[in-house]
Amino acid sequence: MDWSSNSYSLTTVAIVVGSIILALLGAFFGLLYRGIDRKLAAHMQGRIGPPIIQPFRDIRKLLAKESIIPDGGLSWLFQACPFICLVVSILLLTYIPVFGQRALLEGYGDLVLILYLLIIPSLALVVGGFASSSPFATVGAQREMVIMMSYEFPLAVAIIAIAWRISHVTDINPFIFSTVAQYPIWNQVGPVGVIGSLALLFTLLVVTPGEVAKVPFDIAEAETEIAGGLLVEYSGRNLALFYLADTIRAFVMVSLVVALFFPYNLSPVIGIGATAPAVIVDSLFFLLKVFLVMFISVILIRTAMARFKISQASYIYIIAMTLIGLVGLILIHVDMIV
Amino acid sequence: MKNEEMETTYTIPVGPIHPALKEPIRLDLKVDGERIVDVDVVVGQVHRGIEWLGMNRNNPIQNIYLAERVCGICNISHPFAYVMAVEHAAGISPPERAEYIRAITAEMERIHSHLLWAGVAAHEIGFESVFYLVWRVREKIMDLIEYVTGNRVTKAMFQIGGVRRDITEEQFPRIRKTLDYYKSIFDQLKTVFLDDRTIRMRAKNVGVLKREDALKLLAVGPTARASGVAKDVRQDQAYSAYADLDIKAVTPDILTGSIVGDVYDRIIVRLLEIKQSMEIIERCLEEMPPGAILAEPKMAKVLNTLKKAEGEGVGRHEAPRGEVIHYVRLEAGRETLATWKIRAPTYVNLMSIPTILKGGQIADVPIAFASIDPCISCTNRAMVVDRKTNEKSIMTYEELHQLCVEKTRRLSNGLVK
Repeated sequence: MDWSSNSYSLTTVAIVVGSIILALLGAFFGLLYRGIDRKLAAHMQGRIGPPIIQPFRDIRKLLAKESIIPDGGLSWLFQACPFICLVVSILLLTYIPVFGQRALLEGYGDLVLILYLLIIPSLALVVGGFASSSPFATVGAQREMVIMMSYEFPLAVAIIAIAWRISHVTDINPFIFSTVAQYPIWNQVGPVGVIGSLALLFTLLVVTPGEVAKVPFDIAEAETEIAGGLLVEYSGRNLALFYLADTIRAFVMVSLVVALFFPYNLSPVIGIGATAPAVIVDSLFFLLKVFLVMFISVILIRTAMARFKISQASYIYIIAMTLIGLVGLILIHVDMIV
Repeated sequence: MKNEEMETTYTIPVGPIHPALKEPIRLDLKVDGERIVDVDVVVGQVHRGIEWLGMNRNNPIQNIYLAERVCGICNISHPFAYVMAVEHAAGISPPERAEYIRAITAEMERIHSHLLWAGVAAHEIGFESVFYLVWRVREKIMDLIEYVTGNRVTKAMFQIGGVRRDITEEQFPRIRKTLDYYKSIFDQLKTVFLDDRTIRMRAKNVGVLKREDALKLLAVGPTARASGVAKDVRQDQAYSAYADLDIKAVTPDILTGSIVGDVYDRIIVRLLEIKQSMEIIERCLEEMPPGAILAEPKMAKVLNTLKKAEGEGVGRHEAPRGEVIHYVRLEAGRETLATWKIRAPTYVNLMSIPTILKGGQIADVPIAFASIDPCISCTNRAMVVDRKTNEKSIMTYEELHQLCVEKTRRLSNGLVK
């Protein structure tokens, strides 16, 4: 399973097959987690909620429906955006370590690349929104751009702070996940640094609902305000692709948090040496970690809050979250001096 | 300058079908980015010709059930105002016990309507958990309404000269039990709506209607009271059992000491009114006098009286959304009403909408619009249709003014004669 340790031996075939497997796994678990999310949120709100497999049914239904393209819209761009969004979401999946394994394309790109790649699905949504030529989608696209620019900075601060700290303990490129996994942030810092790391973790947990467009940061879609905003004109297959990309993106984002802050594996701890059982144990452990992070940063937040206005959301990201991120950075620095 | 503005603004049509709206109405928002520059309210999508039916097809007693169907939420308020108007016109006075029962049902309706509104408001700002919570709490009052009147909606309680169902001594414990339940959770509701950070962020200083504007634009009900205009028909022109109860209009300064006139204040007013309604029901239960519930139990006899009666009457009731007015005119020898005019509270409250929305953000529209608790089916009472071409049109201010002048002239000529 160690695909990437000597990259020169990686054949194109292995990458292609691996990507397809990862895409399928990502889609499956993305939809599964969406189902769990909806079920748990429903129970927290005193409802029964849909069956856990509902997102799969949604996709099947959407794929069978007609894709309507608005008259005034830019047809090719309108149809290209869902594809771009999905493809980049899957691409992200190949750069992030999932299921307790190394990332498929490790060595071909690092955390900085991921920072840039994370923008593209949102950008595809924005372009698709503008291409719909609907006033609701236009407002949604404007809002998505604002929110994107707002959470980008705290996200970058959190990621760079961790890499910067790790760069002080090793000479290996700290922007690579295997380095982050080798030197987990919690093991490198003292008590002050732990507080700083918690601040960074908090920043990332708050950025996550913004990245995956959930209440209170679902401003670009805001059903009651702009009728679904960016997605208002999308239907059928195009909407299904966005839906799928959205679930994968949520899975990716949460996996990123897990990879940065909880890169631990269970198999060395309980002493499983054999490859196959270790992979199974680590995969299950990884899924559990993803569930916990998702529960806190998506499900809990979205059931406990009302939607923010765009000005309030960007204030929270640009001012409050960036400040918390910077405080975390400073605390980690102070920890090093002390 | 004007040309520049034309370039940067564009129009967003909210409605007639839009997730923020529970009923068809259109708000044409002229926006500049997220800021609202101008608002135009276009009504006319739910005209059902109810008044026409009442004047041409139904007799005055059948009209009670038609009046109930003016609005699904205020199906006590409309018949209440309607029967008061007919009673006024025909000189019938209902027995005192019936007045108390009317007041009890009307207050139950207020509790359920305000809770319904609270849920809708939470939904508008994307706070789904509170929406489900409040609507679950609301089920208790719906059960009670069903227990007392036999139906959750369209309760068919009213009759000209009284009510159709008595509230008996055996029913009191069940009613008190529900009221006690609401008392026990009232503080929780208050915490959820008044102390929650996100609700405060979305409601404070949003959709402000100043006291002067509320007076100028003739706002009624909680919308007016939240702006500090202490008007309430139950207080100002006490009718029915309310005359015995000495009701005070609820304004937000009771709780906060100041009046802003924003969405938050409207939440406060409605919350406090739920409490006030519970107190009113309790007092009504205590003080309800014994006796008949109908002035004349034989409906054929009532119909005969109404057929012979001549005159006009006005019924005013403080509905959950504000003052509802029904005007009727009876002509001797005519089976139907000669005139029936309904003026629902939303009709006047809609005038405040441009003032409330202007200068705000698009994100404020759902909650700010919902904060007047609009009821469009109540509002749509007239439509201009060309019989030949079937074309609908809107009358301008000048045309209406012209019609008004002509009518005054006709009337004054009649007087001179």
